[in-house]
Amino acid sequence: MHPILKLLVQRIALGLVLLLAVSAVIFLGVEALPGDTAQAILGQSATPQALENLRAQMGLDQPALTRYFNWLGGVMTGDLGKALTNGVDIAQAIGQRLGNTLFLAGCAAVIAVPLALILGAVAARYAGRWPDKVISAVTLTTISLPEFVAAYFVIYLLTIVFPVFQPVAIVFPGMSFWAKLQAVALPVIVLVMVVLAHMMRMTRAAILNVMQSAYIETAELKGLSPMTIIWKHAFPNAIAPVISVVAINLAYLVVGVVVVEVVFSYNALGQYLVDHVTKRDLPVVQAVGLIFAAVYIGLNIIADVTSIIANPRLRHPK
Amino acid sequence: MTPAKPKHHDGPLLEIRGLVIEATSYPPGEPPKNVTLVHGVDVTLQKGKVLGLIGESGAGKSTIGLSSMSYGRGGVRLTGGEILLNGREIRTASPATLRRIRGKEVTYVSQSAAASFNPSKRLMDQVIETCLSHGLMSKSEAQARAITLFRKLGLPSPETIGNRYPHQVSGGQLQRVMTAMALCPKPDLVVFDEPTTALDVTTQIDVLAAIKEAIRDTGVAALYITHDLAVVAQVADEIMVLRHGRKVELGTTDQIINHPGEDYTKALVSVRSIEHEENPEAAPLLKIDCVTARYAGTNFDVLKNITIDLPPGQTLAVVGESGSGKSTLARAITGLLPPSKGRISFDGRQLSAAFAGRTRDDLRQIQMIYQMADTAMNPRQTVGTIIGRPLEFYFGLKGSARDRRVQELLDQIEMGKGFADRYPAELSGGQKQRVCIARALAAKPKLIICDEVTSALDPLVADGILKLLLALQAETRMAYLFITHDLATVRAIADKIAVMYKGEVRRYGQKSDVLAPPFDDYTDLLLSSVPEMELGWLEGVLEHRRQTGIGKAGAGN
Repeated sequence: MHPILKLLVQRIALGLVLLLAVSAVIFLGVEALPGDTAQAILGQSATPQALENLRAQMGLDQPALTRYFNWLGGVMTGDLGKALTNGVDIAQAIGQRLGNTLFLAGCAAVIAVPLALILGAVAARYAGRWPDKVISAVTLTTISLPEFVAAYFVIYLLTIVFPVFQPVAIVFPGMSFWAKLQAVALPVIVLVMVVLAHMMRMTRAAILNVMQSAYIETAELKGLSPMTIIWKHAFPNAIAPVISVVAINLAYLVVGVVVVEVVFSYNALGQYLVDHVTKRDLPVVQAVGLIFAAVYIGLNIIADVTSIIANPRLRHPK
Repeated sequence: MTPAKPKHHDGPLLEIRGLVIEATSYPPGEPPKNVTLVHGVDVTLQKGKVLGLIGESGAGKSTIGLSSMSYGRGGVRLTGGEILLNGREIRTASPATLRRIRGKEVTYVSQSAAASFNPSKRLMDQVIETCLSHGLMSKSEAQARAITLFRKLGLPSPETIGNRYPHQVSGGQLQRVMTAMALCPKPDLVVFDEPTTALDVTTQIDVLAAIKEAIRDTGVAALYITHDLAVVAQVADEIMVLRHGRKVELGTTDQIINHPGEDYTKALVSVRSIEHEENPEAAPLLKIDCVTARYAGTNFDVLKNITIDLPPGQTLAVVGESGSGKSTLARAITGLLPPSKGRISFDGRQLSAAFAGRTRDDLRQIQMIYQMADTAMNPRQTVGTIIGRPLEFYFGLKGSARDRRVQELLDQIEMGKGFADRYPAELSGGQKQRVCIARALAAKPKLIICDEVTSALDPLVADGILKLLLALQAETRMAYLFITHDLATVRAIADKIAVMYKGEVRRYGQKSDVLAPPFDDYTDLLLSSVPEMELGWLEGVLEHRRQTGIGKAGAGN
């Protein structure tokens, strides 16, 4: 078997094991909370008899292990249960919001990742000179602003001073792609500002690290232009650390943007999760938690595998 | 892009006049200061000629070589003089002009091709890169030329080697690929910067022959930079001897080798002329009996059934190329790598396989000196502390008794007063190695294992160290196990020789027997590969090998 294929299978198997462990931790965490779902539905004034009846009906009188495997079996077959508060099927409710989350994250990533790489390369090219300082100062400023401050600043600037966009980002099924793009423009701008600096700094540092190598001197002595040297000779060797930072930021774009969603009234997973945490809707919290964990693990597996493939020593063994 | 190169230039290809090169140094704890590396050197190179630049480290030879591309490595500045390439001044030329010259009119071959190739790109893409970026030829033409050059340089499977990545090719082959890369854009001048120094002696001769042939066939001019006079004598038309950034002597190769004018040149030519009378065989101090060893986690033996011994007061030289198991043998003797089979006895008693099982006296009597004196000393301790440590550890010396003994040892290594309070960073390479010798000496050992102790030093400095070691041996009757890949050193100091190849001892005995024919194939290959300071040596060896067929058989078996 090709060593790359072997590594790939290993990483994916490891990811699945990790996901299983995370599901157990989530289940245990929810289990450790005082009260249970029956209590939450019936409220403080429930009689013990009513509680017992409901528990038997929902299967809550079963041992924890049995319930865990029932839940896990449901997750495997796509059945995440029903929300307590409104009885809506969780899988269905998540499906649409997950689409919105991925749309927003995707738009932000498509802009932020290439921009970060280009700015990082330019900063490395002019290291210590004014383009480097300007890029670093601007991106560090945007990352230092709390998200909601950045969000309100962008709203103020682009809806009041220059009224180009809507201050709320409401999307609904049936909207055209362009209309959707226009709707998410403001949150995308805010997210790009938030994730840009980290990826840019890592790209710059990784390239500068490689620029010390003897083969960069070879490239200089070949009479190549500085930008050609960076793109063709430095960047391919600096890619591994950049990829892992990109993966962390992409994961953040999916699971960590609840504040931005709230500010722009964007109906996506983060807001859904926060709503149901306040209502103690435990099945929803469990389901969303598991999805977030899967996104994190999945992106990190992709990052690992890409870094491995980017290494010619592993791709082409002796 | 139109070539800025004048069409018909009749003068010399390269003319450097009054070149001054400076750099800023940052000594610890002091303000940065300006140092001058090259003080007004003149170089003239005619078309198609080869000029050898020779000198020890710090002589400025690489710096001068790179100035032909108007390139200053690591903050080095070309501050004065003229550099005329094909008749036009390039020292003050703009970066854009220099980019048109570099990789087209002048190309560069570095000391370490392994580090100079981009690890993530295929060799062919790197070899033809300049041909394409300078618009010299089409991709298919460039590839065809590269394959022709690969073939000329004797690379295996020239059609497909370009598809490989640098890590898939051996060091000697990479050096040849780099030569092909330098020749591919049909430059006027190639700068060879110690291109064979990092190679094993048996590989060096092939690369040297390939480079020489390629220079002759393409008619390119070359600056050949090296610290090894015997090597440059094989390829250069003229040789310039440099020292401390100044020209010492310039002449034809014949003049420099056979009739040197300056004292410094004479010293360089006569280096390694140490005479050492071979001691007769005697009862052994160290006896290594059928030792076999392997590293944990590997599935092959690095030492196979080694049986050698060493009498007191004598020197056993262990020679071989990299990977032959020389240093592993030292690890087995010191107990750092316990052998899986065999016994090591010392001074009539059997030593425990691992160092943890040895007495303090066992440890004291076997000391080691390493190749890199730099990394073998704690940079935060003074010379006095470094040498004093074994005195405290083995003999319990303290206070003024210890200081007195430290000074005695410093006198013994000819360093005299005032060094005890210095730090390693303030010493030169040769002085650092002397301190390491003093540290070994402090334990009053019966055996010192010297692992490539002169390899990182300039020839004249190395000579001084060897003379010191011999003098100390005569004085104290210590035995040396001398690990080296340098056969000139072996001739100079050994009583016995063991030739190692792939973990086995191929040839072993008294020096006069080992160095006398008839040889086995490997020893013949090894001995005949050592460059000798005479014109036409390379051709003679290659002719001998063609007749006997040794070169090909020897490396392979």
